[in-house]
Amino acid sequence: MDRTTLDLWVGIFVAAGIAALVALAMKVGNLTSTNIGKTYTVQAYYENIGGLKTRAPVKSAGVVVGRVADISFDNKKFEARVTLDIDTSYQFPKDTIAAIFTSGLLGEQYVGLEAGGEDDVLKDGDKIESTQGAVVLEKLISQFLFNKASEGSSNSDSKQSDKKVE
Amino acid sequence: MSDNIVEINNLSFSYNSRLLHKGINMRFPRGKVVAIMGGSGSGKTTLLRLIGGQLKPSIGEVRVDGKVVHEQDADGIYQMRRKMGMLFQFGALFTYLSVFDNVAFPMREHTDLPESIIRDLVLLKLNAVGLRGARDLMPAELSGGMARRVALARTVALDPAIIMYDEPFAGLDPISMGVILNLIRRLNDALGATSIVVTHDVHETFAMVDYIYFVSAGVVVAEGTPAELRESQMPFVHQFVHGEVDGPVPFHYNAPDFRQDLLHA
Amino acid sequence: MLDRLASTLRGIGSRVIDRIWRLGFAARFFVYSLAYSGESFRRFHLVIKEIYFTGVLSLIIILVSALFVGMVLGLQGYNTLQKYGSSEAVGVLVALSLVRELGPVVTALLFAGRAGTAITAEIGLMKATEQLSAMEMMAVNPIARVVAPRFWAGVISMPFLAALFSMMGVFGGYLVAVPMIGIDDGAFWSQMQANVDFHEDIVNGVIKSCVFGVACTIIALFEGYDAPPTAEGVSRATTRTVVNSSLAVLGLDFVLTSFMIG
Repeated sequence: MDRTTLDLWVGIFVAAGIAALVALAMKVGNLTSTNIGKTYTVQAYYENIGGLKTRAPVKSAGVVVGRVADISFDNKKFEARVTLDIDTSYQFPKDTIAAIFTSGLLGEQYVGLEAGGEDDVLKDGDKIESTQGAVVLEKLISQFLFNKASEGSSNSDSKQSDKKVE
Repeated sequence: MSDNIVEINNLSFSYNSRLLHKGINMRFPRGKVVAIMGGSGSGKTTLLRLIGGQLKPSIGEVRVDGKVVHEQDADGIYQMRRKMGMLFQFGALFTYLSVFDNVAFPMREHTDLPESIIRDLVLLKLNAVGLRGARDLMPAELSGGMARRVALARTVALDPAIIMYDEPFAGLDPISMGVILNLIRRLNDALGATSIVVTHDVHETFAMVDYIYFVSAGVVVAEGTPAELRESQMPFVHQFVHGEVDGPVPFHYNAPDFRQDLLHA
Repeated sequence: MLDRLASTLRGIGSRVIDRIWRLGFAARFFVYSLAYSGESFRRFHLVIKEIYFTGVLSLIIILVSALFVGMVLGLQGYNTLQKYGSSEAVGVLVALSLVRELGPVVTALLFAGRAGTAITAEIGLMKATEQLSAMEMMAVNPIARVVAPRFWAGVISMPFLAALFSMMGVFGGYLVAVPMIGIDDGAFWSQMQANVDFHEDIVNGVIKSCVFGVACTIIALFEGYDAPPTAEGVSRATTRTVVNSSLAVLGLDFVLTSFMIG
């Protein structure tokens, strides 16, 4: 096989391989939905981020508007500092609430933004004042048990007071 | 500048804890054709590899053009090998290249000559071995003798000063043998080179070479011109030259007593 | 009795030392192949020729296997998922299995079997017919001229082959799921796109296939270079190539996966 035919086949092979990689990225993966455009950064502090990971989506009304860029621990406030990259085409008021939700029943966690009512909007470097941390399963269970316990004692209390009245 | 282009001084070499050579001394004068002869497995081919720097001696040294081979660095060995050419036992042609490309290989690797000049040189070398018409064949299409001749053309592609032959007559028909013999002598004289031929073909070699070294059991047992050795009465030389069945090289491999062997059923 | 035990232990000891010595030799061989790679890049057409032999000629087996693997994944996945009413997740199952694991691993195993054995046999035979020695005597470094170009060709071919495998497999899964079984086209692709992450899954898959490429190619080259120069030696070397490559790929897969998940 002479050089030119060889080069042709190798060129086709490499081109096909690159095309496959691009197709995988675009059609199969979620590269198209990853924000490649311009973003501005805001910070949010949480008591508990639960299972939130970097590159998790930031959604508002269910639509992806940005990504979680960084998660670190603030040693002075003893809270988690979450840095969010939001697409510049979206502006949010300064009193937006940033809460951590779970997608589906046991799915991945993401940051949900609920817009507030103020006129001023968040700018690059701003801090989100109202945050709601993730729901932690243990706290949920202990709260449930506590509620159940107080229900039981208030029931027996009312029965006793009923008896006394009689 | 010494008269000897290759010198082997007090060489001992062991391979896999088996001592192949014990204190060998050899001289190869410029312009001569020298043969190294001996039985199979006597370490003749290993000597060629020691000269070429593919192996290192355990004791002693090999000098090529005054320089010690195993003390050279990578660059030094490269320079040395540029002056050498080696014809391997069955040719060792590159099977994926045509005859033309095989002979052109050393030229393309080591020189920056344009393709037109390389073409002329390759045709010259192929003409010298009589295979100019076979230039486009692949090695698989050649007979043994033709492959050997192409390999010879490749060996002398860059006009080396030392040409080494590893059993060049192995497995050849009488005509091809005669052709190779003729070529070894003519190429040596035409190039002004020194040829070292490792072989055990007595009659053909004796007719062609200037000097012979006999190697057996790791030492040089005899040396001299063909005429001297033909007259020699040394037992090994006599057995070798006249092809005698029994002598210093015994007919029987080591075995216990024959009677005992038969009776012990 | 005692000296039989001693000789058995001695046998084990010498075999272990042999293996370790060989491993050391293989490591040095790897370093030399990298060190002498300069020529492969200066005369890149050497590498291109080898990419043809290792990559292009492996395309048919890779693509056909991928198609069937994808189709089987689709069938089996649908079979199990529809019991839980999640049959639309078939796309996710097929894509994730391929991109994360099956693409790189199966491609590497097929590559070792097809291209790896070809490399081992070729180099082993070149050694047996003294072609490598002849090159050395002509002052041409056989590692730079013969080994390094094949190494880089294998390393370059593997990620492309793995990507083509994954893509073909996804297509196979699609063929089974949408035209044959009747799952909704839009649901198939949108579920897949929502759940396959570019960084976590696709990039990791590419990294894996690069690592496997290095491992399989260097094992194939080493076994050929170290093969005893006889017919039997070369045949045993090709067997060793397949066995060692497969073990290396599966072991490295575990190590890489645990790094990537953790």
